[in-house]
Amino acid sequence: MPDQKQKDYLFDNPKNVSRLLNGFYVICVLLVIADFIVHRHIGFGWEEIPAFYAIYGFAACVVLVVIAKKMRNIVMRKENYYDE
Amino acid sequence: MSELAPFVLFFIAALLAAVTHGTLRQLILLATPVITGLHLWLNIEAGLLVTHPIMSYELTVMRTDKLSILFAYLFCIASFIAAIFSLHVKDTKQHVAGLMYAGSALGAVFSGDLITLFIFWELLAISSVFLIWARGTERALKAGMRYLVFQVLSGVLLLAGALVYFHDTGSLAFNHIGLGSTAGWLIFIAFGIKSAFPFLHSWLTDGYPEATVTGTVFLSAFTTKVAVYALARGFAGEEILVYIGVTMACFPIFYAVIENDLRKVLAYSLINQVGFMVTGIGIGTALALNGAVAHAFSDVIFKGLLFMSMGAVLYRVGNINGSDLGGLYKSMPKTTVLCIVGALSISAFPLFSGFVSKSMVMTALMHEDYSYLWLLMLFASAGVFHHAGIKIPYFAFFAHDSGIRTQEAPTNMLIAMTIAAVLCIFIGTQPQYLYALLPWEVDYWPYDTTHVLAQLQLLFFSALAFVWLNKKGLYPPELRSTNLDVEWFYRKLLPAGAQRGVTFLYNTKESAVAMVIAPAQRARVMFSKSPVAKYHLSESWPTGSMVFWISIILVTYLLLDIFG
Repeated sequence: MPDQKQKDYLFDNPKNVSRLLNGFYVICVLLVIADFIVHRHIGFGWEEIPAFYAIYGFAACVVLVVIAKKMRNIVMRKENYYDE
Repeated sequence: MSELAPFVLFFIAALLAAVTHGTLRQLILLATPVITGLHLWLNIEAGLLVTHPIMSYELTVMRTDKLSILFAYLFCIASFIAAIFSLHVKDTKQHVAGLMYAGSALGAVFSGDLITLFIFWELLAISSVFLIWARGTERALKAGMRYLVFQVLSGVLLLAGALVYFHDTGSLAFNHIGLGSTAGWLIFIAFGIKSAFPFLHSWLTDGYPEATVTGTVFLSAFTTKVAVYALARGFAGEEILVYIGVTMACFPIFYAVIENDLRKVLAYSLINQVGFMVTGIGIGTALALNGAVAHAFSDVIFKGLLFMSMGAVLYRVGNINGSDLGGLYKSMPKTTVLCIVGALSISAFPLFSGFVSKSMVMTALMHEDYSYLWLLMLFASAGVFHHAGIKIPYFAFFAHDSGIRTQEAPTNMLIAMTIAAVLCIFIGTQPQYLYALLPWEVDYWPYDTTHVLAQLQLLFFSALAFVWLNKKGLYPPELRSTNLDVEWFYRKLLPAGAQRGVTFLYNTKESAVAMVIAPAQRARVMFSKSPVAKYHLSESWPTGSMVFWISIILVTYLLLDIFG
C-alpha cells in the first residue's frame, strides 16, 4: 500500500496550523498596539479613529462576504446554464 | 535605426514563427522581446515622429514620448515572460497569434494618429481571439466569437469617432480628445469597451477563462493596458472616469468571492485593478496619472504571475474549479510560493509591487478630497486581498485536501513565474527605478510609517475576517455554478427574445394565411355548387391548352397584321 508510506506534509499536522494562526493573531494585536504608539498622518477626519484601518478592513471583508452570499440567491445558476 | 517602429520586429518574428519549429522557433520567441527591448533602449527616445504616406494621407506610425515608451517596455517584458511560459507549446497558431498580438500592442502605443491606432486596435482584436479559439473546445469557440464581436464593435466605434473628429477639427492626431463632442464620446466608448467599463466588461470575464493555459497570460497583459494607455492620452482628467473607475474597482469583487472558476476570479480582479488605473486617469493630476500608469506596469506583471500559476495548475490537473482543488501545495510547492508572491503583490503588501503603485492613486484621491470615493477604494483594496490575495492561493493550494497528487509545473513555467515574482519584489523594494520611467514629474515616496502601518492593518484584519468567517462556517463554499452577469442579456434574454419573436411572427403568418385562404376556399366550394359551374368555360382547364389557345390568337393577330 503506497498510502502507508505517504509523506506527512506541513499542514497535515494540526499543530502547525494552529502555530501559524497564533503567529498571525499576535501580529494583528501588535499592529493595533502600534497604532497607539506611532503617530499616523491624518488626511481625512475618520482616520483619527483608533485602529481605523484595522476596523475598516475587518468590517469591509465581512460586509463583502455577506453581500456576496446574498447575491448567490439572485445570480447563481447551474454550471451548464448557458449551454442548455 | 531610430526610424524602425518596434512593432515591425514582432510582425517579422510572427512570420518567422509561422515557418519554423522546434528550437529555432523557441529562439525566435525568446529573442524578439529582448531585441525589441534593446532597440527601445538604444535607439528610441522621446520626441521621435515617423510618418508614412499612404495614398494622400500621412500616417504617423511612430510618435514617442515617455508615456508610450513606458508601455513599450512593459509590453516587451510581458511578452518575454509569456514567451518563456509558453515555450513548451507546439501549436504554431498560438505562437504566431501571441507575437502578432504583442506587436499590435506596441504599434498601438506608438500610434500618432487615430487611423493608425484604429488599425492596431483591430489587429489586437483579431490576433488575440486565436488565443481563445486555440483551446479547441466548443465553449471556447463560442466565447471567442462573443469576444470578437465586442472587440470589433470597439474598433468600429473608434473609426466612426475618428472620422467625426476629423470632420470637426480637420486633424487626426491622437492627443487629448476630451468629452466635449460626439467624436469624443464615440472614441471614449470605444476605449471603454477595451478597458472593460461596467456593463461593457463581459467579453473579458467570458473570454479570458476560456482561453488556453498560455493564451490567458498574453490576454491579461495587452488589451486592457493598451486601453488604459489610450484613456490616459485621450481623456486624462475627465471626472466621469473617477466614478467609472470606482465602480470597476468595487463591483467585480463580489463576483470574485462567489465565482468557482479560479481563472474567472482573476478575470474579475483584473477589472478591479483596471478600476484603480481608470480612477487615476480620471483624477488627472500628475501624481494620479503616474499612479495609473505605474499600476498598469505592476499589474501586468503580478496579474501575469497569478494567471501563470493558475495556468500551471490547469495544465497539471486539467481543472481550475475551486470546488475541485485543494491541497496542491503538497505536489506543487514551488508554484504555491510563486503564486503567493503574486497574491501579496496584487494585495499591495508593503515590499511588493502593488503597494508602490496603488498607493499613488489612493494618495491622489486623498489630495483631491474625494473622501467617500476614497472609502470605497479602501473597501475595494480590502476586497482584492480577500479574493485574489487569499481565496486564489487558499482554495487552489490549501483548503481541504482534494486528494489530487500531481507534478510540479514544467521548468519553463517555473522560470517564467520566477522572473515575474522577482520583478514584483524588485519593483516593490526598489520603486525608484519604476518611478524614474514615469511620464510626469512627481516627488513621491510610498514608504513612510503611516502608509505601511495603515496598509498592514487593513490587510491583516481583512485576513482576520477571512479566518473568522471560515472558522464560523460563514464563508461561502466554492460551488459548481454559473453566476449571472451582464452577458445574460445577450446570451439568454436576446436569444430567448429572438426565439419568441420568430415564434410570434410564424404564428402571425399562419393566422394571416388562414384568414385569406379559408374564405377563398369557401368561395370556391360555393362556386362549384352553383349552376354556373356547369358551363363549359367554368370548368378547370389545363394550363397547356390555355397556352395553346393564346398562341393561336397571337398567330392570328400576326397573320392579320401581315396580310391585312
